[in-house]
Amino acid sequence: MSKLTPTPGQTVGPFYGYALPYAKDRELLAPGSPGSIRLQGTVYDGAGHPIPDAILEIWQADADGKVPHRTGSLVRDGYTFTGFGRSAVGNTGDFTFTTVNPGPTEEGAAPFIAVAVFARGLMNRLFTRVYLPEDEEALAKDPLLSALAPDRRRTLIARRDADGGLTWDIRLQGDGETVFLDFSDAEGASK
Amino acid sequence: MPEEINLEIYNADPLTEDVSDEATEAAPKTYAPLDAAAESQADLSAEMKAIGEAYAQALKNGAPAETQPRLDYAPYRSSVLRHPTKDLHHADPETIELYSPAFGHMDVHALEADLTIQHNGEPLGERIVVSGRVLDGDGRPVAGQLVEIWQANSAGRYIHKRDQHPAPLDPNFTGVGRCITGADGSYSFTTIKPGAYPWKNHLNAWRPAHIHFSLFGQEFTQRIITQMYFPGDQLFPLDPIYQSIVDQDARDRLVATYNHEQTKPEWALAYNWDIVLTGSKRTWTENEALGAEGDDHE
Repeated sequence: MSKLTPTPGQTVGPFYGYALPYAKDRELLAPGSPGSIRLQGTVYDGAGHPIPDAILEIWQADADGKVPHRTGSLVRDGYTFTGFGRSAVGNTGDFTFTTVNPGPTEEGAAPFIAVAVFARGLMNRLFTRVYLPEDEEALAKDPLLSALAPDRRRTLIARRDADGGLTWDIRLQGDGETVFLDFSDAEGASK
Repeated sequence: MPEEINLEIYNADPLTEDVSDEATEAAPKTYAPLDAAAESQADLSAEMKAIGEAYAQALKNGAPAETQPRLDYAPYRSSVLRHPTKDLHHADPETIELYSPAFGHMDVHALEADLTIQHNGEPLGERIVVSGRVLDGDGRPVAGQLVEIWQANSAGRYIHKRDQHPAPLDPNFTGVGRCITGADGSYSFTTIKPGAYPWKNHLNAWRPAHIHFSLFGQEFTQRIITQMYFPGDQLFPLDPIYQSIVDQDARDRLVATYNHEQTKPEWALAYNWDIVLTGSKRTWTENEALGAEGDDHE
């Protein structure tokens, strides 16, 4: 049980662009290097318009399913896989990460990438996940996915592109609204 | 609606690139004409008041106190199409979410915590030291983790092309800082007190002075971005972003305390602000519990 009440979040606002992005922020490994894939997508609002001022973070296991514990995400040395990336979207709401397919963190688990979403007009960050599409047996057994209706479940599973990359869009609201997660168990959390 | 973003400024490294001249050119020379279609502060204040009263009534009827902002808070107009309409799905964090990205002293230079020494000269404005501790919901210090801040200058202007407020840029102030928390979860930034600034949510909308804070915990589920405010700001009741937190106790958690004891004579005023992340879901390693710092390259 928590003893202290958490500090409230606030919107990232419009002016993070000179503060949060950094060199190679979206390159968890060098584009084109062996095993690298592109994770791309677009962030949409409730009217179906791309959002030009959102920023995403991903956090994931390595290809073997191991949780990285290495520093160096902000000053990438080109060799160390830290598991963390950050990508502000462009004018057309598009984001791109270069990363690896995460392995399952436990035997038989469905591999996924953890995602945090921030945007101007979004009062507090949102958590979600993007799952790899291949291991259908593991996806069917996944505790989160199996608790969701099929049309909701679909929003968390990426499409595999012909080039081996992943495409996955985020819809903050409306048709195909992405499933966002609440990890708190305290009363009075965001609604 | 997408406003133009200058990528050179957008992606600039504030410590090595001076982006201020370019942004100066973008500033309009006169005040923007008032938008006749814009809603008034009175309209917005009435909306905020109604939401506040409904919340007070709900509390009286036994509803739990809210601790976070409302995602659906229409007085902040940009939130209308940007909040999920479905309830957040309660989930138990899984392996990767029970750990956090690691940051350390290879990521952040010690001097990045002083926003007043990033250029050749002294920035204009009221020099302040903002310090405090990052704790988890159990009161344990969050040691060796990344804190990032950004803010407007003393005139209320951000170094960002999309900020069209005709207040002066300060060539000696970028307004970006970082640090790694100490073993006791402590952080400290030396900076300039930011000014209030106008935004176009409604006619005559002004943001209270604030510093944006970005924080990591020991678990990804503790990730948070928020804003720190200064005590006694007369703009609090008028600001839809601050008011999106409908509970007064929760709002107060974003307001720093002036600390005269820590104020540095003939140098800088001091403010304290502690940040509490959500509770931990995982048993910490001995290093984390002891507050060992983040670098682990062995």
